[in-house]
Amino acid sequence: MARLVVLGGGVAGHTTATFAAKWLGSAHEVVVVTPNAKWNWIPSNIWVGVGEMTKEEVTFDLAPVYAKAGITYKQAKAVSLNPEGNESSDKSFVSIEYTGQDKTGTIENLEYDYIVNATGPKLNFDATPGLGDGKGQMGNHTVSVCTADHAVHASHKLQEAIEKMKGGTRQKFLIGTGHGMCTCQGAAFEYIFNIENELRKAGVRDMADIKWISNESFLGDFGMGGIHMKVGGYVVSSKLFAESLYAERNIEWLIGAHTSKVENGKVEYELLDGSKGEEEFDFAMLIPPFAGVGIKAFAKDGSDITGTVFAPNGFMKVDANYGAGAYENWKASDWPRTYQNPTYSNMFAAGIAFAPPHLISKPMSSPNGTPINPTPPRTGMPSGIIGKAVAHSVCDLITKGDSAHLHEASMAEMGAACVASAGKGVFSGTAAAMTVYPVVPDFETFPGTGRDTDYTFGEIGLAGHWIKHILHFLFIYKAKLNPGWTLIPE
Amino acid sequence: MIEKKVVKEEANFQKSEAFSRTMIPGTFARKMRTCLIWQFIRFAIINVKMIIVVGKSH
Ligand SMILES: Cc1cc2nc3c(=O)[nH]c(=O)nc-3n(C[C@H](O)[C@H](O)[C@H](O)COP(=O)(O)OP(=O)(O)OC[C@H]3O[C@@H](n4cnc5c(N)ncnc54)[C@H](O)[C@@H]3O)c2cc1C
Repeated sequence: MARLVVLGGGVAGHTTATFAAKWLGSAHEVVVVTPNAKWNWIPSNIWVGVGEMTKEEVTFDLAPVYAKAGITYKQAKAVSLNPEGNESSDKSFVSIEYTGQDKTGTIENLEYDYIVNATGPKLNFDATPGLGDGKGQMGNHTVSVCTADHAVHASHKLQEAIEKMKGGTRQKFLIGTGHGMCTCQGAAFEYIFNIENELRKAGVRDMADIKWISNESFLGDFGMGGIHMKVGGYVVSSKLFAESLYAERNIEWLIGAHTSKVENGKVEYELLDGSKGEEEFDFAMLIPPFAGVGIKAFAKDGSDITGTVFAPNGFMKVDANYGAGAYENWKASDWPRTYQNPTYSNMFAAGIAFAPPHLISKPMSSPNGTPINPTPPRTGMPSGIIGKAVAHSVCDLITKGDSAHLHEASMAEMGAACVASAGKGVFSGTAAAMTVYPVVPDFETFPGTGRDTDYTFGEIGLAGHWIKHILHFLFIYKAKLNPGWTLIPE
Repeated sequence: MIEKKVVKEEANFQKSEAFSRTMIPGTFARKMRTCLIWQFIRFAIINVKMIIVVGKSH
């Protein structure tokens, strides 16, 4: 009997574990190690952050779902990996520290035959002074929507601001990225339009100044170097699409900005031209930069091999080309296909946890040498698709042996669908529905824009809004492993 | 004397220099966003396109 250990019960890890358990049956063991007791459909945190949904509507308990699937569930976080075992055993193991199940703080060494690292991002608030509390958590000057609890807190703060406006006090809203090396601009983009919509609904829009601050060199970069799409017979840049949305809703923007410090009611920033400035706010939602979750790795003799297994940013090295060098040399083929660790073949990474070979957007820095550019997004759909491909590979390795063919899922050959809502009403809400194919531009296959413009498009309307609603219910239905769950695509 | 012609949708062009250099949808484009018949058609088209993208990605 082989044991597959999946670290992380988020979008990628949950997909890997549930498919592996289904394909392997009871002949082999699938273990999920994840510190959270609940699964969270993160995209809907946006609606929690404006008070349109409750935390309960976007989360559910993992334990009964894993029991139903025959998955061993350990509510714990991975601390370190020993891929070669230790001095007393050759067997690979991962050290985990329990965070629940009445064993909080207990350390256990869990042996594995295969391991998938799907631990997602560490929300690195402390990278920006004042954005974090200095202890790895969010500080108290800004809010976040990255977790369901953060979103609940954000919603309370929003209500307080609305009350102040109703009482006649103008409020300034600052939404965007909290560092020059952030990703996930799409989430902040969606949140700013939901805030704007909420303020209009509450009848206080004219009492609010709303501003976008981000590390993108142009509006609509989204960490993907922008996209080109067909609109009204033209092929246009997402810059025009995004600028139009902001202008229509009277939202100003500040781009090419590295948020260098956050204080009570004020951020300091540096721009791509090297100039520095300050922006005041009453309410700020700034996405933190992402890093790996900080798992260590040790060799058999106990020496630290973290730098062999993980990239400096803490994400796990996989079969990517990390030596591509300058922007001019970047190719679609630099991106990983199998997500297998190059040193330890029984180790894979899926979702945000894998180390990308380089940025997608053009690298930029200020004359002072401060890098100000979005890092590559790994959104829900690619995370799910990668998670499933990795599950397939591991199952084949277990059932067919070491020579089994590994399944492939390159981000340069897969698309992503993203729906950014603005409001939630069935007939009043609208959303920007965007589809991009492929996520990583491939200028050899699509020499003009790097992408297939038949399948890279964006439009605003109720249709996108309905799709967003359907996706919410469909993905929660699927993640709960309800009947027919395997038929719902990632 | 020329009569003043106020177009509500165009007001934001004057609110910032950056706004004045982009495009802002007019009445027709805005109406179409919530026009049920048109949005049902778009819903079908977007879904088909998304399903093709999902299919190409797996
Ligand atoms: C507000 C917001 C809105 C978004 N909206 C969209 C959207 O509309 N569409 C879209 O496609 N994407 C969206 N995304 C992105 C999407 O949520 C991510 O791409 C996706 O969650 C990544 O999946 P993952 O499994 O890699 O990471 P996660 O889903 O974050 O899962 C990581 C898991 O690992 C666990 N973990 C952490 N540390 C450890 C450890 N040491 N050991 C074990 N487990 C650990 C975590 O608790 C978590 O359960 C959004 C993101 C945010 C923040």
